Amino acid sequence: MVAADLEGPYEPGVRRADLGLQVHWCVLPFRVLLVLTSHRGIQMYESNGYTMVYWHALDSGDASPVQAVFARGIAASGHFICVGTWSGRVLVFDIPAKGPNIVLSEELAGHQMPITDIATEPAQGQDCVADMVTADDSGLLCVWRSGPEFTLLTRIPGFGVPCPSVQLWQGIIAAGYGNGQVHLYEATTGNLHVQINAHARAVCALDLASEVGKLLSAGEDTFVHIWKLSRSPESGYIEATPLL
Amino acid sequence: MSVRTLPLLFLNLGGEMLYILDQRLRAQNIPGDKARKVLNDIISTMFNRKFMEELFKPQELYSKKALRTIYERLAHASIMKLNQASMDKLYDLMTMAFKYQVLLCPRPKDVLLVTFNHLDTIKGFIRDSPTILQQVDETFRQLTEIYGGLSAGEFQLIRQTLLIFFQDLHIRVSMFLKDKVQNNNGRFVLPVSGPVPWGTEVPGLIRMFNNKGEEVKRIEFKHGGNYVPAPKEGSFELYGDRVLKLGTNMYSMNQPVETHMSGSSKNLASWTQESIAPNPLAKEELNFLARLMGGMEIKKPSGPEPGFRLNLFTTDEEEEQAALTRPEELSYEVINIQATQDQQRSEELARIMGEFEIMEQPRLSTSKGDDLLAMMDEL
Repeated sequence: MVAADLEGPYEPGVRRADLGLQVHWCVLPFRVLLVLTSHRGIQMYESNGYTMVYWHALDSGDASPVQAVFARGIAASGHFICVGTWSGRVLVFDIPAKGPNIVLSEELAGHQMPITDIATEPAQGQDCVADMVTADDSGLLCVWRSGPEFTLLTRIPGFGVPCPSVQLWQGIIAAGYGNGQVHLYEATTGNLHVQINAHARAVCALDLASEVGKLLSAGEDTFVHIWKLSRSPESGYIEATPLL
Repeated sequence: MSVRTLPLLFLNLGGEMLYILDQRLRAQNIPGDKARKVLNDIISTMFNRKFMEELFKPQELYSKKALRTIYERLAHASIMKLNQASMDKLYDLMTMAFKYQVLLCPRPKDVLLVTFNHLDTIKGFIRDSPTILQQVDETFRQLTEIYGGLSAGEFQLIRQTLLIFFQDLHIRVSMFLKDKVQNNNGRFVLPVSGPVPWGTEVPGLIRMFNNKGEEVKRIEFKHGGNYVPAPKEGSFELYGDRVLKLGTNMYSMNQPVETHMSGSSKNLASWTQESIAPNPLAKEELNFLARLMGGMEIKKPSGPEPGFRLNLFTTDEEEEQAALTRPEELSYEVINIQATQDQQRSEELARIMGEFEIMEQPRLSTSKGDDLLAMMDEL
């Protein structure tokens, strides 16, 4: 268990946004890092949970007095770790095979609203395959291809509600929304193929069992549902079946 | 955390406080004109322009204890007085009621409708006082200006900020227990039936589309709940049908409302943690109180109007008993001030406190170096 202490100097002038910490194990090709986000920055630890290898302080310079400053949304993509921020920027950190020499290599611009979640999956082999999706408070989804420079492939607009959680599996984007719906999109085209009226309140979280293609959705309506994702054998279009 | 949460928290808690006081004034058979005076005085202090200005500045939420100090001051803004035990019970009831309302809000944005419900009822209390009515309407306008344009994501953040404020508060309220909206462990029951929020579809349908966006298949499934479509959206105008019942006066029936302290040891542990650890925000909390209370204009009681004591319990003995048996961990002691190094600030606060006249209690004569803690003790 990591004792998540607030590192870094306490600056009385900086507005504290005491958002709960987010924690994520990032599995990279040669190592596993534990990443924590909070209102002040991003901490990265070795897999033993106590050797801190990197600390990134959030830049609150652009924030107006009414904005909360925080980092939210963590995912590993190849040898990169991506972390979302309150401004919509996605920070891309280049992680070496070992040691603390971690570098912020890119800041992705694609969102104007705070990032809610990031999902990645290993590249499927082909060239133009999307392997990362970022979501924000407006419900906008950005689909990326990772690389020495990340490329924005397509945008899927929101419809007035936040998208708190997103998953990516075999080219299928699963997005849970604040109005209780779960949508499935084709990552390459951005087309909506499945719309599920899943919950009577906001969807809090999605999780995916990648080996069997089962999607779990949890909502503030106190329910948990499981959906089987598949593709139609005739058309190849994404389909979903309720299991629970 | 959202820095836009305090006005909503303050106004809704204040509304609940007024509902409870109104009910107790009637239950204790306080003469109509006195009761009206008390409510008018409190409401007029709450909606005072200077105070509202401070309240609406973007800022964080401070501790429950800090906020309680404000309400204690408010409750004593007139000829009415409350003993500690009654003030404790009042604050317990207020906080649990608003916690319930926030939890049950269908959409995060609906917390604004809850606020409007409180304001609508408050306007009913001061029907005959046009000046105070105007103050409340002005606050209404400010709320609309600030919150009218916020996104769903920002309201979600406000909701989370509020829920974090209420975390680990599990005081059992007899009215909630009786209506089966609260369990015996103090947790609220989340209903899985009724209308869905405005903008949400009733769960139970999967639609599948082709590349052209045409629906090619649909599956219906049993959701598990028993939901119906939302009838209509509540009104965010100055006047209108809010549709939502949360935030309306649940004390309009003349029934005594009791609280019981939750007995879960886990809760007690977390409360103890809060009071023992030195509060790094102590100085900021003092500043917050200084600003807010400085904006409060307490009318000095003039004329022959005698004060009276309101009891939140049914008898005086019950009130005494409650004071003796309140768990240590749940006591709302004054803010733990470590070292008031900021001499100027604490002097200013001391000066403001000095302006508050306390009825029926002679000022204890202490040495010149009155420390802040002692002054606040006297409230």
